Amino acid sequence: MCLFQFQSVMNYFPEEVLEHVFDFLTSHRDRNTVSLVCKSWYSVERFSREKVFIGNCYAVNPERLIARFPRLRSLTLKGKPHFADFNLVPDGWGGHVYPWIEAMAKSGINLEELKLKRMVVSDESLELLAKSFPNFKSLVLVSCEGFTTVGLAAIASNCRFLRELDLQENEVDDLKGKWLSCFPESCTSLVSLNFACLKGEVNVVALERLVARCPNLRSLRLNHTVPLEVLQKILVRAPQLSDLGTGSFTHDPDSETFIKLKNAMKNCHSIRSLSGFLDVNGRCLPAIYPICISLTSLNLSYAPGIFSNELIKLICHCKKIERLWILDTIGDKGLGVVANTCKELQELRVFPSDLYGVGNTAVTEEGLVAISAGCPKLNSILYFCQQMTNAALITVAKNCPNFIRFRLCTLDPIVPDAVTNQPLDEGFGAIVQSCKRLTRLSVSGLLTDQVFLYIGMYAEQLEMLSIAFAGDSDKGMLYVLNGCKKLKKLEIRDSPFGNMALLSDMGKYETMRSLWMSSCEVTLGGCKTLAEKMPWLNVEIINEHEAGEGEGEASCDDRHRVEKMYLYRTLVGPRKDAPDFVWTL
Amino acid sequence: MGDYSREDEGCPQLFDLIPKWATKRGEERSHGISEERKLELRLGPPGGEWTVKESNTAACGERERDRLLSLGYFPASPCPQNTILKPPSPWQQHHLHPSYLHLQHGQGQVAVSKESPQPCSNRAAAEQTAAEKKAFSAANTAVNNTAQKRTAPASVVGWPPIRSFRKNIASKPASDSTDVAPSKVSNSVENGSRTPFVKINMDGIPIGRKIDLKVYHSYEKLSYAVDELFRGLIAAQKKSCDGGITGEGGGGEMIGGLLDGSGEYTLVYEDHEGDRMLVGDVPWHMFVSTVKRLRVLKSSKLPTLSHGCKQGKLSVNIKE
Repeated sequence: MCLFQFQSVMNYFPEEVLEHVFDFLTSHRDRNTVSLVCKSWYSVERFSREKVFIGNCYAVNPERLIARFPRLRSLTLKGKPHFADFNLVPDGWGGHVYPWIEAMAKSGINLEELKLKRMVVSDESLELLAKSFPNFKSLVLVSCEGFTTVGLAAIASNCRFLRELDLQENEVDDLKGKWLSCFPESCTSLVSLNFACLKGEVNVVALERLVARCPNLRSLRLNHTVPLEVLQKILVRAPQLSDLGTGSFTHDPDSETFIKLKNAMKNCHSIRSLSGFLDVNGRCLPAIYPICISLTSLNLSYAPGIFSNELIKLICHCKKIERLWILDTIGDKGLGVVANTCKELQELRVFPSDLYGVGNTAVTEEGLVAISAGCPKLNSILYFCQQMTNAALITVAKNCPNFIRFRLCTLDPIVPDAVTNQPLDEGFGAIVQSCKRLTRLSVSGLLTDQVFLYIGMYAEQLEMLSIAFAGDSDKGMLYVLNGCKKLKKLEIRDSPFGNMALLSDMGKYETMRSLWMSSCEVTLGGCKTLAEKMPWLNVEIINEHEAGEGEGEASCDDRHRVEKMYLYRTLVGPRKDAPDFVWTL
Repeated sequence: MGDYSREDEGCPQLFDLIPKWATKRGEERSHGISEERKLELRLGPPGGEWTVKESNTAACGERERDRLLSLGYFPASPCPQNTILKPPSPWQQHHLHPSYLHLQHGQGQVAVSKESPQPCSNRAAAEQTAAEKKAFSAANTAVNNTAQKRTAPASVVGWPPIRSFRKNIASKPASDSTDVAPSKVSNSVENGSRTPFVKINMDGIPIGRKIDLKVYHSYEKLSYAVDELFRGLIAAQKKSCDGGITGEGGGGEMIGGLLDGSGEYTLVYEDHEGDRMLVGDVPWHMFVSTVKRLRVLKSSKLPTLSHGCKQGKLSVNIKE
């Protein structure tokens, strides 16, 4: 039956039926797609949608969101571009959540969940949030900034049905407020509490009591100020935890407290995910051996104090691990052990532990090859390494055709093949050619236009590509723009791509979420041309150094290279909250 | 850096700051591999065959590569690009050109690609060497200036791409346990629970190091380690004062006599009571449990102690 026939049949059903059918569509993409079929489907869909995902907060505005989805309950917003994580976006660029909260509060939206990534969240926003939505249940903040423990106190005090407070890697000013004590005695609904990123001390008595009165608590991640003896008490009260982030994990292994901890751990049969170890004594690690066998997720990437041999001993117990985040202190040898032990491994992240060459830990291509050979289910990797070879990448590509995410970062951004001194084009070419489902790729090392030729040719599912210090000419970028039909996010730094590439297919950018180019060859004139021709794009120039200097003519010279450009499609034109140093063309 | 070494990080100037281990490790790896491996790699794509032949594995000395790359930070194929590729047919031939054509045109600009499906390797090699030589001599003077484009990875803004808090972890092993020890109840109460990374500063060197005392089981090993840690830094500092271009990296004089007062520097430490003590008086394990931080002071700054007296004590305690 073709779509038209199907549609007309469907139209005989009352809307409730359509709505019920749409209930089964959980993915945003599916819901977006059905809303495009016809007006009546659009209408049914929009009234029934409860969860909305907005990948770029400046692509729409709160008013349009509320107008279209009045039944909104769960909102996910992303703000700053990804390279903001690496200090490439100056402070004050934007991404404020306040207008969104304000608008939803005024319109009587029954907000229950808010997930924010790379946004600026003020204490006022948190206070407004806490007081405006009586059914608010879940707040997840990832890589956000702008708030303090005062804002957290507001959430704790006012959200009576709070289930989830998950703070991941945020910049939080710790004002020594007793935010944790602000959870009232009546709060018993917590399921997930993560404050690992907070720097200050918390009231541990309040913490223990909170844990004791929340029987549904499944996920708890402590910060580094919570000492081991408190962890022990918490585990005794909450043996039902499935996700634990330890605070400090250092103690005298011979002490009674430690023995009590070991016993408490043994009783925690449900822990599947373990993280933390923000401050660790390697000799304390054996306490977690009993739970290692059931772990599916392990994050030791905040713990540089664990030595390679201790890591290896630990890994030997983790046979069911599916997700492993670790530091390169593990070494190639350790990765070999992972390869032999962790047959269920799907995602591996190896972070650098030593940026200044102090120690002698690092991983090389050998570790990666070992993992690829030993772990048949591997589909996602982030790998920081000292060196890489084409041969290794080709082997990895052959071993693992299932990669969805492949992110390789050589510590020297333009290091060639360690053996042949060639660019790493062939290696990455093999990866994109072999991994047909690849959606995210980050390349590094010495790379010419050739690698982009391969990417354009083979990476058909690629949605996000990160490029740094790569390529020789505009052709590189052109290969990618022409070839990768599903590209959504392209971020480029320090590469010789200029106006020719930027302007060759301007319509492409309306099919993408965003493009970031910094320290490339595009000029102001090129950006202006693009902005003029494409009204549905915001082309932002970020001028950190020229802000406030009335250079007038000079800074407006169209031939000047643009230091940072960020463009994105939008329905609502230039944003009104852009700071001085951001110029929307 | 006279040897052929597989040093991937840093520009020539900063090699001095990178301890010897990096070079050694690189050498061990590369020599074994490059001699054995004659690369002929195949992928089995649908409907086509790729062969990658490297015919010039050792052509680029490591130093050459550095110099060429430091010309600008868009490397214009500094190394032999004899990569021959025969991808599946759908792709137009004219998109391909071995990038040695870049060198032919002398700059990193787009080489107008003509037909070039069969690079003649001899011609290519000759052209390359000629271009490389040109680039090489031009680069000689450019090393210092443009070296900042090829600086040690950690100095490039936003590279490696990790978040700030991870950078903090990466530069300070074992985090803050020793620094904020007074406020950590568990640490001060329990013995031996402290992670043994201690700070060590040297007179005249603004940047300190951290070392893990657990790893050294004797004063002698500690002394050796201190020498290793700071020798390069001192040498680098002296050279940057002299303003010379560094040739030899990691060189410098051995820092000796740390423990017996005979050298230019002497090792002292601060104990848990905050007092400054000479290293070497107590048994090693006792030292490890009381030391809070280490300092390498110029011997001339210390009040004079009679050598005979000290040596007598030390020789008893420095076993092994």
